[in-house]
Amino acid sequence: MNISAEIWQAFVVCVAAIFTQNILLSYFLGLCPFIGVSREIKAAFGLGAAVIFVMVSTCMLNWLAYRYVLLPLNLHFFRFILFIVIIAAFVQFVEMVIDRFSPRLYQTLGVFLPLITVNCAILGASLFMVIRNYTFIVAVGYGLGSGIGWFVAIVAMAGIRQKLKNDRIPPGLQGAGITLIITGLMALAFIGFTGVLQGG
Amino acid sequence: MAGEIGERGRHKLSPSARKSNLFIEGLWDNNPVFRQVLGICSTLAVTNLVLNTMVMCAGLIFTLSLSSATVSVLRKSMPRNIRMMVETLIIAFYVIIVDILLKAYWPQMSANLGPYVGLIITNCIVMGRCEACGISSPPARAFLDGLFNALGYSFILLIIAVFREVLGMGTLLELPVPFFIGPYWDKWIIMVMPPGAFFMLAVVVWVFRSIQMKKEVTAK
Repeated sequence: MNISAEIWQAFVVCVAAIFTQNILLSYFLGLCPFIGVSREIKAAFGLGAAVIFVMVSTCMLNWLAYRYVLLPLNLHFFRFILFIVIIAAFVQFVEMVIDRFSPRLYQTLGVFLPLITVNCAILGASLFMVIRNYTFIVAVGYGLGSGIGWFVAIVAMAGIRQKLKNDRIPPGLQGAGITLIITGLMALAFIGFTGVLQGG
Repeated sequence: MAGEIGERGRHKLSPSARKSNLFIEGLWDNNPVFRQVLGICSTLAVTNLVLNTMVMCAGLIFTLSLSSATVSVLRKSMPRNIRMMVETLIIAFYVIIVDILLKAYWPQMSANLGPYVGLIITNCIVMGRCEACGISSPPARAFLDGLFNALGYSFILLIIAVFREVLGMGTLLELPVPFFIGPYWDKWIIMVMPPGAFFMLAVVVWVFRSIQMKKEVTAK
């Protein structure tokens, strides 16, 4: 495949990952932090941004590690451990770098970084990328799209939840319950994007 | 809060009472799904079919109970500051066993579940129980705590899966259910699509929390 066709495919995969195959709304990944941190727009924004950054970077690193280390050694089943170690090490590294060079950024973004290691969406994106046999460029597009998709979902949810603050919700439904119902409505709305893109 | 109650209760109760206490706590009082709303990510996705859910829950029960026990065995020799990493590796070890077994003996199921078996590693409930119980109690207790929490988690997910499959496809374990398969029932396609899972989980959380609130009120 030539390079321009590959970039086009990466673009298609990226847009599909944001809208039609949103990693949160249609694959249920990253639900725990989504429910926990979506109370305020500011926090949601910080976490979402951190997820985009980490997801793109770890998709690249994991792709390279999988293609050039695991496949030649025939250690395919070892990928879970390798991926999670790479993700944890990368997050730790970024945390140290940000802390050292930009204390201001650390205050807005840094507190969310440890949360990200256990975000299933990050590991999920890497596993999907391997299962679907993406090439490097397409995998980067996929990581970017998945990150943006998660970002869009959590920021929208935080906005809606701020509006809900003054509403009277049945006591059993407060917190997680109402968030899940709104997530369901959002997922329903995102199904409307099906058919915008074919393939992906 | 429930942890505190557990700590206090432990000194007073006899060993057998302690075990039934763990049972009630894992399955109801401190249920991972509707009390803590943790770890739904990796399993909710496969609740559109009861069979997939059962396999996934079996994998989770295996992983959670054994990794909690392993963490507990190693708890004295584990350096404090890298314990999260060690715990993750222990969990990953058991998940790989599940993955390899499934691939070898049930390749079709392995393909159906896709990446979700691997995602048990980042299921918050596994890490959560290792941190909350495995790191601080003897192996037998950690094992039982893990087992009952996993069971509490599984029974909620099975409820969700049964409703989704019957309402959405008119089948149960891929066998037709009399009324729902017939011409009088319009299949709720939405139930087997992602939004259905969110709605169903919300309803389950709502129902169980309401029951629990009523119980607390009458207890007072």
